[in-house]
Amino acid sequence: MSSEQTPQGDGTGGKSTQEARMGEGVDDRFNSKLRDAFGTSPFILTKFDKFMNWVRGSSMFMLQFGIACCSIEMMHTYSVKHDLDRFHAGVPRASPRQADVIIIPGTIVSKFAPRMKRIYDQMPEPKFVIGMGSCTISGGPFQEGYNVIKGAEEVIPIDIHVPGCPPRPEALIYGVAKLQERIAHGETAPVTVKPYELEEFGDLERDELVQHLADQINEDDLVMRYDWTEQP
Amino acid sequence: MSLEKPVPDAPDEVGVTEDGLDYDALEELVSEHVIDRESHVNAEALVIRPDAVQDTLSALKEEAGFDHCSAVTAQEYEDRYESIYHLKKFDDPTQQLSVVVPANKDEPVSESAESVYRTADWHEREAYDLVGIEYDDHPDLRRILLPETWQGHPMGKDYNQNQPQVVPLREHVNPLAEDHSAGEDSDTMFVNIGPHHPATHGVLHVKTVLDGEQIADIDPDIGYLHRNEEQMCEQSTYRHQIMPYPDRWDYTPGGILNEWAYARAAESMADIEVPEYAQVLRTMSAELTRIAAHMLALGTFGLDVYGDFNAIFMYAVRDREAVQNILEDLTGQRLMFNYFRLGGVSWDVPEPREEFFEKIREFLDGLPEYIEEYHNLITENEIFQLRCIDTGILPPEVAKNYGATGPVLRGSGVDYDLRRDDPYGYYDELDWNVVTEDGCDNYSRVLVRMREVEESAKIIRQCVDLLEDWPEDDREIQANVPRTLRPEADKEVYEAVEGAKGELGIYMRSDGTDKPARFKIRSPCFSNLQTLPEMSEGEYIPDMVASLGSLDIVLGEVDR
Repeated sequence: MSSEQTPQGDGTGGKSTQEARMGEGVDDRFNSKLRDAFGTSPFILTKFDKFMNWVRGSSMFMLQFGIACCSIEMMHTYSVKHDLDRFHAGVPRASPRQADVIIIPGTIVSKFAPRMKRIYDQMPEPKFVIGMGSCTISGGPFQEGYNVIKGAEEVIPIDIHVPGCPPRPEALIYGVAKLQERIAHGETAPVTVKPYELEEFGDLERDELVQHLADQINEDDLVMRYDWTEQP
Repeated sequence: MSLEKPVPDAPDEVGVTEDGLDYDALEELVSEHVIDRESHVNAEALVIRPDAVQDTLSALKEEAGFDHCSAVTAQEYEDRYESIYHLKKFDDPTQQLSVVVPANKDEPVSESAESVYRTADWHEREAYDLVGIEYDDHPDLRRILLPETWQGHPMGKDYNQNQPQVVPLREHVNPLAEDHSAGEDSDTMFVNIGPHHPATHGVLHVKTVLDGEQIADIDPDIGYLHRNEEQMCEQSTYRHQIMPYPDRWDYTPGGILNEWAYARAAESMADIEVPEYAQVLRTMSAELTRIAAHMLALGTFGLDVYGDFNAIFMYAVRDREAVQNILEDLTGQRLMFNYFRLGGVSWDVPEPREEFFEKIREFLDGLPEYIEEYHNLITENEIFQLRCIDTGILPPEVAKNYGATGPVLRGSGVDYDLRRDDPYGYYDELDWNVVTEDGCDNYSRVLVRMREVEESAKIIRQCVDLLEDWPEDDREIQANVPRTLRPEADKEVYEAVEGAKGELGIYMRSDGTDKPARFKIRSPCFSNLQTLPEMSEGEYIPDMVASLGSLDIVLGEVDR
């Protein structure tokens, strides 16, 4: 583009904005410091997997998912002051189909566990899970209750646990950063079939109640357990 | 004086005398049904026959003026079941009466009170779900907190917690299945909103039947965050172990307000006198959490009405951060404060005191400007007004019938605030106003919260002044309370405080040990949420979302 076609700016001494920005001499915009560090070749040689992992970790779409007390601190983490966006992870998506990280912020109870499993299943691969707070680790302060799932890992696999009741926003950010580190190194939690997963009815001890239920259920129908007190 | 309530012209309510309630006259009124009389710490209790619940309660409601059924507590004894209806008056909540309905141990059935107090609907469903009492004549007696398929009643005495709960997969069929509930060729559509949905403020599940864009039928389905808090409290000791749990009921954070509910009930039961200095500290910290809670209500309402993570939400979080910083200085925690102790608070304000007071004052000085900002952003915005004015109408009589309290009730123009009407703490010494709005719509409820923030700021400022001038050798933060608290057996108490969402009450029964035999939480959100069908049936679906936002429910408190 020639200078005749551009309007004359006042503060640039007769040069166009573009010319002013380019500065004197040979255009060195492509010779960035990064480029210098790599040597003369304008290419970076890397493994595709490694590159993809770096990209995944650096652009995480979180699921906007609130359960209990921890979700309040999670909201604070997303918002002003703590601002998770600074760490490439600040775009909460309302739909699990658009998200690749789910933060589980709270207690999982019997009624919610299957719903959470469904949400997790709806997320596209690869997907990552951050467990926030003591309740997702073990059931936390409610562990001895009749209705609380003793840790979210009974339901879905978890990559990073952030302890606390609730964890401070700083702690959650640290957890997210750690997860990014792991993703960049290509590590994730092994996706195993967790005890929540459907199991054959025959696995349960056939006491009176189970027998009673077994009589009502046809053989091919799968079942789900709510109660995991005998699990390690 | 601003704290004086306009005197209701209560003419001829049975049992009202100059010095409190005349329980003999009340017993006389329903004498044909009464079989016994008990004495609870907060009020007298009439024991009535289980087949005369409706007659008794309607007589008490119509002729004695008990128009507020705050809670229904169910419990199991060795030899019987019992439902307790805690009655109050909206005009004067210090006038209380409990109605105890015993039920047969083998076949626990008693008459439902739903036709007298609409609010009893959910309360009795909860009693059925957790304790196992069946209510005759109840319109819709099914489980409310636990899954439909749950085996047994977990708060009952013979419940085995280790039994497996097994559910066939077909109980969790795809919720997008076609709906033919209104006939094969109906035009209505069934839509699940939640339990994971950005507009439900947590894990609420709203089953809606739509006719076009209008709501034909709506059924809030709760229990997705039922963390058995009542059981947890029954397993904990009065003195120290229970206090952390209230923080986790209303976590917005209404923590200190909730702690106060437990503290008030336990102090009333064990007859503990709280030092005045501690009362001022309690009042100040409680009002700080109220500001934080209302700010969150405002911010999330902005989310509901305008959309995702917008400016209003960020502004609200900014102000909440300021409040949380102050509370962190005071209590050491951002969200779960655990600040109260029975008989006082855990510690005094941090040193240097001047700096702390300066910090609070700075926040309070900035507040009017912030509130002005909110008014510019929200209440004066035409789009906001279009969505909120005259939507989600909740007439005062309906609200009362459902037992709605707090900003929801005050947004319907009912002048009811326990801080003034049933005074506790230091509130009756301070100068502040109870805020009411007459609009009965979503807009009024939001406005009530915003104005309450200003009133809270007024209270905090007065408390700071008091604390600053308090003589140094008189700063007693805790009364002398025994290390282990064992109230006498069979003491029963129901006490309530004004939480961020409304009347938060605790019922406790002692059995002579250091743990309560029954611990029942009367959550304001639980009752408030019941009004949702009233507000949104026949309305558009976005109005329902706005109504839900303006109810400001916290699922941790709804489900407990």
